[in-house]
Amino acid sequence: MTALTIKNIATLKGGIAHAPGDTPTSSPESMDSSMDNHVSEKVTLVAANTDNMAQISTVASTKKPNVALQMLRQFFAWVIPPIMGILLMLAVWSLISYQSQGLPGPIATFKAATILFSDPFYINNPNDVGIGWNILNSLQRVATGFGMAALVGIPLGFIIGRYEFMSRMTAPIISLLKPVSPLAWLPIGLLVFKAANPAAIWVIFISAIWPMIINTAVGVSKVPQDYMNVAKVLNLSEWKIVTKILFPYVLPYMMTGVRLSIGVAWLVIVAAEMLTGGVGIGFWVWDEWNNLNVEHIIIAIVIVGVVGLLLEQGLTLLAKRFSYE
Amino acid sequence: MERKLQEKYVQLENVDMTFVTKKGTFDALKGINLNIKEGEFISIIGHSGCGKSTVLNLISGLLTPTAGNLFCAGREIAKPGPERAVVFQNHSLLPWLTCYENVYLAVDRVFGESESKSQLEARTKAALELVGLSHATEKRPNEISGGMKQRVGIARALAMEPKVLLLDEPFGALDALTRAGLQDELMKIMAKSGCTAVMVTHDVDEAVLLSDKIVMMTNGPAATIGEVLTVDLERPRKRLELAEDAHYNHLRSEVLKFLYERHAKKAA
Repeated sequence: MTALTIKNIATLKGGIAHAPGDTPTSSPESMDSSMDNHVSEKVTLVAANTDNMAQISTVASTKKPNVALQMLRQFFAWVIPPIMGILLMLAVWSLISYQSQGLPGPIATFKAATILFSDPFYINNPNDVGIGWNILNSLQRVATGFGMAALVGIPLGFIIGRYEFMSRMTAPIISLLKPVSPLAWLPIGLLVFKAANPAAIWVIFISAIWPMIINTAVGVSKVPQDYMNVAKVLNLSEWKIVTKILFPYVLPYMMTGVRLSIGVAWLVIVAAEMLTGGVGIGFWVWDEWNNLNVEHIIIAIVIVGVVGLLLEQGLTLLAKRFSYE
Repeated sequence: MERKLQEKYVQLENVDMTFVTKKGTFDALKGINLNIKEGEFISIIGHSGCGKSTVLNLISGLLTPTAGNLFCAGREIAKPGPERAVVFQNHSLLPWLTCYENVYLAVDRVFGESESKSQLEARTKAALELVGLSHATEKRPNEISGGMKQRVGIARALAMEPKVLLLDEPFGALDALTRAGLQDELMKIMAKSGCTAVMVTHDVDEAVLLSDKIVMMTNGPAATIGEVLTVDLERPRKRLELAEDAHYNHLRSEVLKFLYERHAKKAA
C-alpha cells in the first residue's frame, strides 16, 4: 500500500519536474535523469514516509541545471572513448619504441612530421619531391585506374545484371579472376605497356573493377518484377527502362561497389608503387625504408590511412546525396 | 461519335495456362472462354489461388497462354501495351519519381510522339485532378498514404486512355473505409470515361457494387469459369441505398453461395 503511493508520487514528480522549460525528449539522457530522480526520491520518501508535497517544488526548481550537466556528460561520453583509444595506442607505441632500437616514438615522429609538412610541395630533382607531390601522384594514378574501371565495370554490370545469358557467360570468368591478388597482374601490365606507370594504373584498374561489376549486376538483377511489369505495360524503350527504372534503383548498389572499389584501389596503390617506383606515396615509403628513415614510414602509414578514410567518407556522402530514399 | 459498342471487345477463346516450375508442370487455367462487351465492367472473383490474377495477366499480355487465343478490339494480344493499362495491387509506383512524374512517364510514352509538351503536362494534371490528387503532385510515393498511392496508380492507368483498364485487386491492401471511398470514386470515374474494365477481387461487396458482370471461378488447379452473374442494378449506384435493396442482397448471396456452397475451399 505505502509502496504503491510512493511510486505514484515519484512518477508524479517526474512528470512535473519535466514539464516547465526543458524539452520532453525521450533521449537516453532525459531517461537517465528521470530514473535517477525516481531512485533518489524513493529513497528519501521511504526515509520520511510522509506526504512530501513541498519536495515536489524543490525538485522542479533544481531540475534545470541538471539537464545542462546531463548534456555535458553525454558529450563527454561520446568523445571520451575515441580519445582514450588513441591515447592508449600512443601509449603502447611509446612503450614499444622505448624498448626497441630502431622504432621512433610518437614525439620524434610528430617532430619529423612538422618538418615534412612545413614544405610539402618542393621539387629538388625528379627523385626528391615534397610529400604533397607524392600523395597527389598516387591519387592521380588511383583516379585514372579507378575511373577507367568505373567506365568499364558499371556498364558491364548493367549488361550482366540485365541479361541472364551474359550473367551465365561471365560468371566463371569473374569467379576465377576476382580472388587473384592485384599484384599478380603487375608483370602482365609491365609486359603489355612496357612502362611502370601504366602498369601501376593497370593494377588499380583490374583490382577496382570487380566490386563495381558485381554490385551493379546484383542491383540490376534485384529490380522488383513490379517495376519491370510497369515498364512492360507502358512499353518503355530500353533507354527509358535504364534511365527511369534500372539506374535509380541500382544507384545505391552501385555506390556500394564504387566505395569498395576506391578502398581496394587505395590499398593496392602503395604496394604497386613500391614495385614500380616513380613519384608516389608507395615508392616514398620504400625509399624512406632504404634511407632507414622510420619516422617517415610511420607518417606515410598515417597519411595512407587518413586519405583512404577521406575517400570513403566522401563517397558515402555522395551516395547519400544521390539516394532516392 | 455515336457508334455501336462491340459485343466481343475482349475475347478469351479456350485459354489454357500451364506453368512450368521446378517441381513439374502446374495447370493453372483450363478452357477459359469469356467475351467482354465494350464499356462493360467485369469482376473476376474466386478463392485465392484460383488463377484470377493469371487471367488478368493474360489479358494484359504479361503472360502468354499455353493454348487458346486472346483478342482485344479485334487484334490478338501478343504482348503488353498501353492500350491495356494495369492498376497493380501494390500500386507499383516508382519511388524515385514524384506522383506527377510517375503519371507523366506513362503519358509521355503514349502521347509523347504526337503531342506537345504542354499538352502532355495538361493530360498529367488532368489525370491527377480526376483522382483528387492535385495537391500532392510533387510528393514522392513514400510520402503519401496507401489510398493516395493507389489513386496515383489509377491516374497513371487512366491517363494512357486505355481501351481496357485492368485492375488487379486494386483496393486489396487498403483499410475498409479508404476502400469504400475509392470504390465510389472509381464508379464515378468509370461512368465518366466509359472505359472497359476487368477487375480481379476477392471482395463480394466490391464485385457486386462495381460490376456489370461477375465472373466466378472454380478452384484450381485447372480452374475455369464456373458461372457468370449479370448485375442488373441501375447506375449510378449508391452504397447506402443498395445495402437495403432486396435485389442487391439477392445478387450478393448468389455470389456467396457460389463461393461457399458449390465451390467451397477447404481451409488450408
